[in-house]
Amino acid sequence: MINWAKTKWSQIRAVRLGFWGLVGMFALGIIFWGGFNTALEMTNTEKFCLSCHEMADNVFPEYQETVHYTNRSGVRATCPDCHVPHEWGPKMIRKIQASKEVWGKLTGSINTREKFLENRGRLAQNEWRRMKANDSQECRNCHNYEYFDYMEQNRRSANAHQKGLSSGMTCIDCHKGIAHHLPNVQQHIGVEEGSAVAPNVMHPARPDASAASSVSDEMAGIE
Amino acid sequence: MKKWACFVGLILALSLGVISAGAMAEGLRSLRGTEAVKGDVPSENYRYERDKTAQQRQFVQQPPVIPHTTKGYLISKEFNKCLDCHSWDRAADSGAPRVSVTHFKTREGKELTNMSPRRYFCTQCHVPQTDAKPLVGNKFKPADGLVK
Ligand code: HEC
Ligand code: HEC
Ligand code: HEC
Ligand code: HEC
Ligand code: HEC
Ligand code: HEC
Repeated sequence: MINWAKTKWSQIRAVRLGFWGLVGMFALGIIFWGGFNTALEMTNTEKFCLSCHEMADNVFPEYQETVHYTNRSGVRATCPDCHVPHEWGPKMIRKIQASKEVWGKLTGSINTREKFLENRGRLAQNEWRRMKANDSQECRNCHNYEYFDYMEQNRRSANAHQKGLSSGMTCIDCHKGIAHHLPNVQQHIGVEEGSAVAPNVMHPARPDASAASSVSDEMAGIE
Repeated sequence: MKKWACFVGLILALSLGVISAGAMAEGLRSLRGTEAVKGDVPSENYRYERDKTAQQRQFVQQPPVIPHTTKGYLISKEFNKCLDCHSWDRAADSGAPRVSVTHFKTREGKELTNMSPRRYFCTQCHVPQTDAKPLVGNKFKPADGLVK
């Protein structure tokens, strides 16, 4: 009888322990998750980006001259708006990749203006590759080309968009250097520099080249 | 005799100088008035005109005006935004008119295979248009045979 009571008691205890353990873990999880997300949010502000002089001295002043910093409607696109994906998966990947930036900070990969300019081609191409791969998702978070009003847009914009987007191009194919100065790009003028960005990187071939060329020849007035 | 002539010449030159200086002070006024420049007059708020087709030229050698906005277009050591549309290898793709062959000639008259560096800064000669009103009237008439 006593034995029976003992085993019953320990069984109950085990269940209760398990129960409270679960509750505790759940609570901890919430706290951890919250803290994690808060940390994520904190690192997702312009202030955080500019806390490194590498970011504040080079790209920031250039960006301040552009339409995404000041414009008539006062809607701004901040650094993370263009550089950090909104979706959870890609955001995590970008955050993990960002450890490369911390490493770069520690090793001083771009800690002087000269080093930054030397590396700008590499950094820009990383970013172009990323945007090309996700079909310029960050641009499209704010600009939806399905709602482009071609009557409102300027001639050249409307022409380029109708032609380009229907032939499968994406924003970053044409809008390089939208927020910063470009690295050295090969344009075959004067003395050529070996390190310059190649023309076919600057302007990747159209996915559907044949459909587009008939229009552009006519527009360029080439018979 | 020679000395005498020199002397008369000098007097003449001097008096001419004095007269013309006087005339300048009275007759000529710059748009800012006759006072010394005290900093720049703040510019008004001008807007770019909307994109158009190529505009009429007024004389044969006129650099055509830019018929589109150029907001944010940068011409730097690294990259020339204008040539991103107007160079010969980009024109077909962008639908822009190609720079003419006159832009390929160096100062010494040598023909290059691409833009001459002396034509690098396009906006030295080609200017975009805004809705600003002309500061003064003018009666300029385009060359015969160019504009009807
Ligand atoms: C710890 C200092 C630091 C902070 C904070 C920082 N960066 Fe950077 N960033 C760097 C360094 C250093 C590099 C160069 C890394 C290299 O050499 O590969 C870099 C490179 C980049 C690149 C080039 C990307 C690539 O793949 O090569 C982008 C884009 C960028 N940063 C954006 C941002 C944004 C947006 C933020 C804010 C969310 C930010 N950075 C915050 C130091 C920093
Ligand atoms: C946070 C939202 C946001 C993001 C992200 C964003 N934009 Fe914008 N974009 C704007 C706003 C706002 C304007 C200015 C509207 C106005 O003129 O008032 C603008 C204007 C523009 C213009 C017009 C430039 C001009 O001179 O009129 C272009 C081109 C453009 N964006 C391209 C891009 C590209 C390419 C990307 C991705 C790399 C991007 N945008 C990302 C909000 C955004
Ligand atoms: C085929 C090339 C091409 C593609 C692809 C493209 N654009 Fe453009 N876009 C242009 C050109 C050319 C202009 C007008 C000239 C300029 O501003 O440099 C322009 C102008 C704009 C403008 C200003 C419109 C105006 O007239 O006020 C916005 C905003 C813009 N683009 C956003 C985007 C977005 C967002 C995407 C991706 C969905 C995109 N563009 C894809 C070539 C392109
Ligand atoms: C409108 C979108 C947009 C905004 C806002 C923006 N960037 Fe960028 N950034 C780009 C694009 C696109 C590139 C790829 C290179 C290019 O096209 O200029 C780039 C490239 C970079 C690079 C690589 C070096 C280079 O110049 O190519 C760094 C570093 C960077 N951005 C940091 C920042 C920081 C820091 C901010 C905020 C002050 C910021 N960016 C704001 C779109 C943006
Ligand atoms: C996005 C492509 C693009 C860019 C960048 C661009 N242009 Fe143009 N430009 C055009 C197009 C397209 C036309 C023809 C307009 C039309 O006829 O519809 C044109 C027309 C012109 C003309 C008129 C030619 C004539 O025969 O009358 C001049 C001059 C000109 N551009 C100069 C410039 C300069 C200078 C810059 C740099 C500040 C520049 N463009 C940047 C696309 C561009
Ligand atoms: C030294 C002054 C000067 C500079 C600098 C200059 N141009 Fe011109 N441009 C002219 C003159 C003059 C004409 C008209 C006569 C001619 O075709 O040579 C012209 C004509 C043009 C035309 C019309 C061509 C045609 O066939 O109708 C275009 C387009 C053009 N320029 C673009 C540019 C671009 C882009 C740049 C910068 C890379 C540039 N120009 C730099 C003076 C200049």
